[in-house]
Amino acid sequence: MNAPAFANYVGQSIPRANARRLLQGRGTYTDDLRVARLVHVVFFRSPHAHARIVKLDLAQARAMPGVIAAIDGVTLAKFCKPWVAVLGHLKGIKSPTQHAIAIDRACWQGEAVAAIVAQTRAQAEDALEKIECEWQPLPAVTDMEASLAGTQVIHPEFSDNICFSRELATDGVDAAFAKADLVVEETYDFGRHTGVTLEGRALLADYNAAENTLTVHQSTQAPHMMQDIFSRHLDIPEGNVRVIARDVGGSFGIKVHVYADEMATAALAVMLRRPVKFIADRLESFLTDIHAREHKIKLRMACTKAGEILAFDLDDLTGIGPYSVYPRTSGIEGNQVVNLTGGPYKHQQYRAKLNVVFTNKNLTCQYRAVGHPIAVAITEAIVDLAANKLGLDPAEFRKRNLVPDDAYPYTSAPGMKMEKLSHQQCMDKLLILMNYSVLRTEQIELRKRGVYRGIGIAAMIEVTNPSPAFYGVGGARISSQDGATLRLEPTGMVTCLVSVTEQGQGTEAIFAQIAADAVGVSVDRVRVITGDTGITPYGGGTWASRGAGIGGEAVLQSGKVLRANILDVAGVILQASREMLDVRDNHVIDVRTGNVKLSLTELGRIAYFRPDTLPLDFQSELMVTRHYTPRGYGFAFTNGIQASLIEVDIDTGFVKLLKHWCVEDCGTVINPQLVDEQIRGGIVQGIGGAMTEHCLYSGDGQLQNGTLADYLVPMAAEMPDMIIDHVITPTKTSELGAKGAGEAGTAGAPGAIMNAINDALLPFNARVTAQPFTPERILGALGKI
Amino acid sequence: MKAPPFAYARARNLAEVFELLERHGDNAKILAGGQSLMPALNMRLSSPELLIDISRLQEHAGVQVKDGHVHIGALTTHAAIGESADLRKHLPLLADAVEHIAHPAIRNCGTFGGSLAMADPAAEWPACCVVLDAQIMLASKSGTRRVAAQDFFQGLYATALQPNEVITEVVIPIPGAGYRHAFLELARRRGDYAIVGVAAMAKISGTSISDLRLVYLGASEKPVPALETSQLFVLKGFSESALKEAQQTLAGELDPAADLYSSVATKLHLAQVLTARVMKQLAA
Repeated sequence: MNAPAFANYVGQSIPRANARRLLQGRGTYTDDLRVARLVHVVFFRSPHAHARIVKLDLAQARAMPGVIAAIDGVTLAKFCKPWVAVLGHLKGIKSPTQHAIAIDRACWQGEAVAAIVAQTRAQAEDALEKIECEWQPLPAVTDMEASLAGTQVIHPEFSDNICFSRELATDGVDAAFAKADLVVEETYDFGRHTGVTLEGRALLADYNAAENTLTVHQSTQAPHMMQDIFSRHLDIPEGNVRVIARDVGGSFGIKVHVYADEMATAALAVMLRRPVKFIADRLESFLTDIHAREHKIKLRMACTKAGEILAFDLDDLTGIGPYSVYPRTSGIEGNQVVNLTGGPYKHQQYRAKLNVVFTNKNLTCQYRAVGHPIAVAITEAIVDLAANKLGLDPAEFRKRNLVPDDAYPYTSAPGMKMEKLSHQQCMDKLLILMNYSVLRTEQIELRKRGVYRGIGIAAMIEVTNPSPAFYGVGGARISSQDGATLRLEPTGMVTCLVSVTEQGQGTEAIFAQIAADAVGVSVDRVRVITGDTGITPYGGGTWASRGAGIGGEAVLQSGKVLRANILDVAGVILQASREMLDVRDNHVIDVRTGNVKLSLTELGRIAYFRPDTLPLDFQSELMVTRHYTPRGYGFAFTNGIQASLIEVDIDTGFVKLLKHWCVEDCGTVINPQLVDEQIRGGIVQGIGGAMTEHCLYSGDGQLQNGTLADYLVPMAAEMPDMIIDHVITPTKTSELGAKGAGEAGTAGAPGAIMNAINDALLPFNARVTAQPFTPERILGALGKI
Repeated sequence: MKAPPFAYARARNLAEVFELLERHGDNAKILAGGQSLMPALNMRLSSPELLIDISRLQEHAGVQVKDGHVHIGALTTHAAIGESADLRKHLPLLADAVEHIAHPAIRNCGTFGGSLAMADPAAEWPACCVVLDAQIMLASKSGTRRVAAQDFFQGLYATALQPNEVITEVVIPIPGAGYRHAFLELARRRGDYAIVGVAAMAKISGTSISDLRLVYLGASEKPVPALETSQLFVLKGFSESALKEAQQTLAGELDPAADLYSSVATKLHLAQVLTARVMKQLAA
């Protein structure tokens, strides 16, 4: 790889500088801020999945103690323009107009139809109980298939419930199926779930009428995107809007979207000319944080007797709630399923059909690994099914069909261009790591004793480092470019301002490592600042596994120029040729002898305070900004493979997760520990979706499990040991060579778990295909209930 | 998620508690460990006028052994029960069950008496109390009465506790020699309320079983002693055929309600599986 000249830190598990601060309770989350004249907003949310507001009487609520304002949708609409969440490159996508506070009609249980602002949150909640609302319930469309059939159309302005459809086919799909020796077919169901962040959604908006400025403290992944949105929808010049995201307690994609209640909060700040805070409590989080992954997919695969995969044929139906989510749309998840299914394999024929439909449930949108967990799970499940029917070992069947490592650059059947992947190396490494053949032998022995273990493998490809092709080309004002400003301080410290944000995942730590190497300083001399549109360069923020690859490259390039500029100053001070000098370990050295010539502290002192001692025609430039945009490929595809070992208790249907492996290739590994923990955390979220997490709705659209007692997030006691390893194939599209690692764990885990469970159930001729795999579903498959 | 307004009184002694209960009746709620009450308040599922905080009445916390009985103070925390050497020695069933109760932070605050007063059908302590033939001591201004655990639990979150009463302690006879116990439950995550569980005790002598008590949690509106099922094992011993018959009988004795993730059929099936396992454990 093209590492920086002195790679002291890149590649090492340097402890994160912010971990100590967070562990000592000195983080600053939005709710920690203390602001004068602050008031609190709560929302009156629809108890119905679909209902018309006949009468909304806020008078009694308005008269309650501490209440500043009680506002309906019509009133607030004067301060906040509505939006329509469509993108130009998703052809034909449609969505109704959405207001910050719904007007006339609520379309899901939890949609806000009024707001109460009061001196305290408790007072606001007291007043909430005094709102009188007369509802006329409307038919709720909660089933995706019913929605697609369109008997009941949710939005009167449309003639059907279809938000977005896409069809894609190569030329020889029917011929491939016709000549196949074996065609396997299965239908898969994925339950809705959500990303449960430790810190809920939070926003504190402060409007200063004298300056017409809006400052928004927000727990967000994308401050600049939000700056643009607040500016355009509240009609405040962009330069007058500042979005600050200090510490963020987890986001996972949940905090990269525009939420109506957050827009309403900002609009209320403008209307009331004072700071207003909204903190989503856990009940609201479950009702209104975006959900994801409600899909029903029919998948067919054609292969030969010899074990060659010829074609996939996919029909995906997904229900997204009543609105496409602004500004990224709710068409992306299904689109990813279409783009990625079958991805690791070398078949040439592919057909996919996607229908994204409106329903009267909470909105769905992009959550960690967007579409990947679904595409990987269905691909890998049907690959296992075919292997079983062909009598081939699942690992061997995969080996025959993986795109070979020497086939790159490669374009997959659905047209995804990939620079360089390492499926074969990853597979080989995985099988050694897990001692595959020994496990298989053990499995057979244990079955004789009534112990049913299963081994599941899931290969995957993953979209990371997205180029403008992801959102920008569709007209979304979302930056795929990021920037880094590095400044040498007079003391020789380096301040590093980056537009990518920290969500608790350690982004700032890797930027410090890259900056230290690029400039030539020790890592403790680097201070990283992120999450403030008033300070950092412009950029996209954190999503789609882009922080390290895009933000990191910007830091590297900025650091290299700063190093050169430092040497310019050193050359002048030392009256030496700058080619003979370099920066190492906080000092300017003579490259021939390695001798220290000048400390950066001294260099900084002279450059900033005694420039009078430098030549008249010399001006130092010790602050540098560089940007980076991924180009050439739409995405820096990564790959990896996971395996799961589980044991099914065939009497109870309980699954014990015994061990999990992941070998993945995110290119240059900047901080191995942080990457491994990203993978582990991702695997846990993948396991959550596969095993326990499910937003359960009744037939009339009522969420049944809106608390952490009833919605089952995965917990440490049930998690398996995880063994993580890497193959390193740096991308040549950047000098750093880093690709994304944040979503790989989540992408592959559900598929590996599904295959492991079905492998354990093999002796009983039983299969499960509906996630999450509850004991009841497993007992059902076993015919025990 | 903020509690509606309420008044708060920290009781210094039981007399104050009785006084407040007499005055406020149903409009007052007793606050002990707060592990169920506080979430209910914050979610506005409950809106009492007054909270009577009894958590400082520490004379009603702790475990004592007297005259062949164990006395457990109502304010004894779950954690303290788990740590009690006396309980481990005399009533190991409780020590085994405590590991299934929520998580350490909750066990440090939640109380034995609070759990009984709450009477969640899936909770561990009510079932244990029924199995162990516990007597629940209820005190009010007019005096103290004792109610057998089996009579105390009357239905879903319903008990014999009157609005003017508090639980002060629980008295449990120490089982004689030859008794064995077992506690099993199935929860999808460690610490969750059980889908279904069973607390069991029996006198085992060689291959004969007597005084078998099987009490199920999460299998009805209250802890259910499966009397016929128990009797069947006592008569026929532990054999595969007895088990099959007992599992049939059990289905008639339990009346579980479906929960979010498990149907009635699943719960019954799991109760039958646990029955086989618990009997195996008792016989082992």
